[in-house]
Amino acid sequence: MAVDVNSYKNVWVFAEQRQGNVMGVAIELLGEGRKLADAIGCELCAVLLGKGVEGLSTTLFEHGADKVYLAESDLLENYTTEAYTKVISDMIDEYKPQIVLYGATNIGRDLGARIAARVDTGLTADCTVLEISEDTKELLSTRPAFGGNLMATIACPAHRPQMSTVRPGVMDKAKEEKGRTGELVKVDVKLADSDIHTKVVKIVKSDKPLVSLTDAKIIVAGGRGVGSAEGFKLIEELAAKMGGCVGSSRACVDAGWIGKEYQVGQTGTTVKPEIYIACGISGAIQHKAGMQDSKIIIAINKDPDAPIFEVADYGIVGDLFKVIPELMKSYDNVEELMAAAK
Amino acid sequence: MKIIVCAKQVPDTTEVRIDPVTNTMIREGVPSILNPDDKNALEEALKLKDQRDDVTITVVSMGPPQAKDMLKECLAMGADEAILLSDRAFGGGDTWATSNTIAAAIQKIGDYDIIFAGRQAIDGDTAQVGPQIAEKLGLPQVTYVQNFSLEGDKVVVERMLEDGYEVVESAMPCVLTAIKELNDPRYMSVKGIYDAYGAEDPVKVWTLADVGIDPSLCGLKASPTKVVKSFVPQLKGKGVMLEGSEKEMTDALIVSLKQKHII
Repeated sequence: MAVDVNSYKNVWVFAEQRQGNVMGVAIELLGEGRKLADAIGCELCAVLLGKGVEGLSTTLFEHGADKVYLAESDLLENYTTEAYTKVISDMIDEYKPQIVLYGATNIGRDLGARIAARVDTGLTADCTVLEISEDTKELLSTRPAFGGNLMATIACPAHRPQMSTVRPGVMDKAKEEKGRTGELVKVDVKLADSDIHTKVVKIVKSDKPLVSLTDAKIIVAGGRGVGSAEGFKLIEELAAKMGGCVGSSRACVDAGWIGKEYQVGQTGTTVKPEIYIACGISGAIQHKAGMQDSKIIIAINKDPDAPIFEVADYGIVGDLFKVIPELMKSYDNVEELMAAAK
Repeated sequence: MKIIVCAKQVPDTTEVRIDPVTNTMIREGVPSILNPDDKNALEEALKLKDQRDDVTITVVSMGPPQAKDMLKECLAMGADEAILLSDRAFGGGDTWATSNTIAAAIQKIGDYDIIFAGRQAIDGDTAQVGPQIAEKLGLPQVTYVQNFSLEGDKVVVERMLEDGYEVVESAMPCVLTAIKELNDPRYMSVKGIYDAYGAEDPVKVWTLADVGIDPSLCGLKASPTKVVKSFVPQLKGKGVMLEGSEKEMTDALIVSLKQKHII
C-alpha cells in the first residue's frame, strides 16, 4: 500500500460551502495551510465543490489560495458522502497532493474518513496543532485523545496524501488580501446518478439564531452551578451587558437547561475569545480542552478546589448569584473605579 | 431482516488518569463501559426488533478478551448474537486497519440489511471507523443520525448538522452512525442478564483465521498513521485568586481588566 511519497506535491484545503456560503473553518484552514505550504515550499490549493459556486473562488484566492480546483455539477449541489468522495478521490489520484486538510465539521468528518478509506491513507482527526517536520518535511498532527487527558502527535510516513481534520475555531483565520488572485482549475466531474445511493430530501435550519461562539470576543459560560434553565437568565444578562455570547458546559446541555449549540468543550465548540467568564463551571478536562486557549479566563465558583481555577487568570470564590450582580455593577462603575484607583 | 451493530468497549474517559512519567493511561480503577454512542446504535436496532418479528441483531466488536463483558451487556439488552474479533494480530490498529478487520468480519457474517454503529468512541473520538467500514463494504453511509425510520425498501433518517439537520433517504443495505439524540437506551432485562451471564458463555470469539483477513491489512503494522509521541497537555499557570467581599472582588477585577486594556 505504501506509495512513492515524493511524487505528491502541494497542500490542499477542502473549502466546505453550504448553500453557497464558505464555512468559517475553510478560511481558518487556508490560514494554517499557508503556513504549512510556506514551510514546505509548495503551493496552497483550495478544493471547491458545489453547483454555481465559482464566485466563491474569489474569496479563497483573497485568503491565500494559489490555486482553486473547482468541481461543479447538479449532483454536487447538496453534500452527499458518495458524490463528494468520488470527485475528491479522483482529484487526489490525478493531482497527487501531499497534504489534504478538512474542517472537522459534521460534513468534513464524514467525508475525510471515507476518502481516507478510498485512497488508502491515514487521517488524523480533530487536530489542534499542525507542523512540518524540519528534517523529513512530513506533516505532524497533534490531537487530543482519551477525552483530552492525553495529546498525541501523529505522522503518516509511507502513505499519501497526509490528511487531517481540524476543529472549527482552533486555527486563526487567514488574513484577507483584497484583489489577490490565483489559478482557477475547472475539474471534469465524472459522476452519474447511479453513483449516489442517498438523497437529501430537505435541509432544515435551526430556528434559533446560530450562536457564533467561535467568533465571539467575550463568552460568559454557565455550568452546573447555574442550577436551572431559569438561572441562565443571569448569565445572559451579563453577556448582554459586556457584548458577549452565552456558552455552557456539557452538564447544562445534558440537563436540558440550554441547547447543544451553546456547548463549549471537547464534544462541543472550541473557543478562544479575549475574555472567557466561567460561572459555576467546575472545569472537567473535556471542558478545559475547549476553552483553555482563551486570552483571559475568569472563573467564578463556590468551590475553591474546582479545577477551573487551575486555568483561570482571575479566580473568584463565591456564589455566582451574588458575584454576577456585583460584577455588573462594577462594570457599570468602571470610570469611577478607575478614578478612585489613581 | 438482519441488523449488525458495531460496538466498542472503552475506558470511561471521565475517570481516566494519565501517568505523567510514562504518558500511558492508568487502567487500574478505571471502569470499562459500552461506548455511549454504540449504546444508542444498539437501542435503535432493538426498537426495530420490538416492532417487527423478523429482526435479528448481531453485535460485532474488536478488542481484547475482556471486551466480552461489554458484549454480554449488549446481549442482556436484547441482541441475539455477539461476536468478538480478538487476536493479537488486530491490536494497535488505526481506523484504516481496524475498519479492514471489522468489514471483513461483517462480510463473513453476510446477508445484512442495516449496519448501525456509534458516531464515535470516547477514547479516540475519531468518528472514522463507521464511514470506513461503509467504504470497504461498498455501502452508502449516513452519519450523525438523530432520527430513524424504515420506509419500504429504504431508510429515512435525520442527519444532525451544526446549524440544523437534513432529512436523508438511503438505499439498503447501508451504514448508519448514531448520536445520543437518537434515543434513550434501555436497561438490561432480568432474563437477558440471566442468559448472558449464565454458566454458558454466549459470546463467540473470532481470531484472525476465523475472520479470514490477510494479516498485512490489520493491526499496528498495517496502519498508515503512526504515533510519534504523546504527552500530557500543559495547563496554563494559575492566575490570581481575588479576595474580599463580592463587591471588593468584582471591583478589583474590573479595574485590573481596564488597566490591562482588556475591556
